[in-house]
Amino acid sequence: MKKMALIATKGTLDMAYPPFILGSTAAALGYEVQIFFTFYGLTLLRKDLSDVKISPLANPAMPMPVPMPVFVQMLPGMEAMATMMMKDKMKKKGVASLTELRDLCQEADVKFVACQMTVDLFEFDKSDFIAGIEYGGAATFLEFAGDSDICLFI
Amino acid sequence: MNFDKELDARGLNCPLPILKTKKSLADMAPGQVLKVVATDSGSVKDMQAFANQTGNTLVSQAEEKGEFVFFMQKK
Repeated sequence: MKKMALIATKGTLDMAYPPFILGSTAAALGYEVQIFFTFYGLTLLRKDLSDVKISPLANPAMPMPVPMPVFVQMLPGMEAMATMMMKDKMKKKGVASLTELRDLCQEADVKFVACQMTVDLFEFDKSDFIAGIEYGGAATFLEFAGDSDICLFI
Repeated sequence: MNFDKELDARGLNCPLPILKTKKSLADMAPGQVLKVVATDSGSVKDMQAFANQTGNTLVSQAEEKGEFVFFMQKK
């Protein structure tokens, strides 16, 4: 069986998609998949993903309905607005929600490993995380990744 | 073309048509044919890639009025 190892390090809406899309699809194609969630990526294992956001700030490639100077992007509420617009667009285009894709990963036996060091560092409460995840460190990831056919840092 | 089961994947975007195809095939018997109707133009290449990697056979694919129709035979 082919193996795919991913490291998810980002917790923004746009960067949350690739690990879950690739993980669920690879599992559908018959891969054994493990995703290691570390630093901000760890927030993607929280039960509630409704506050995952995208920011137009320092993100010049983000398509905007009207051109917007950086000082406007900094204003309070802009991040929330950009997030709302992005989610709305995703829904209209039939893009799955993060929770839906994450559920599909778990149904397909994609293994989620949470970085214990990050849990300690940010003082996360493990009860905020979904069930069915394991906790480990770099050696845990490398044990699986060392035998993988695909290995990506996201 | 005859088929044993139909999957409506209209309006769904990548990777949902593939994931739902995989799920639909799961409870079918070898040799049975699944018809998939999708509107995601990316699914044309993805369905072929799915078939190549899973050993299922993409018997045919066609475009009808902006919809993509696939017939996938289970391995």
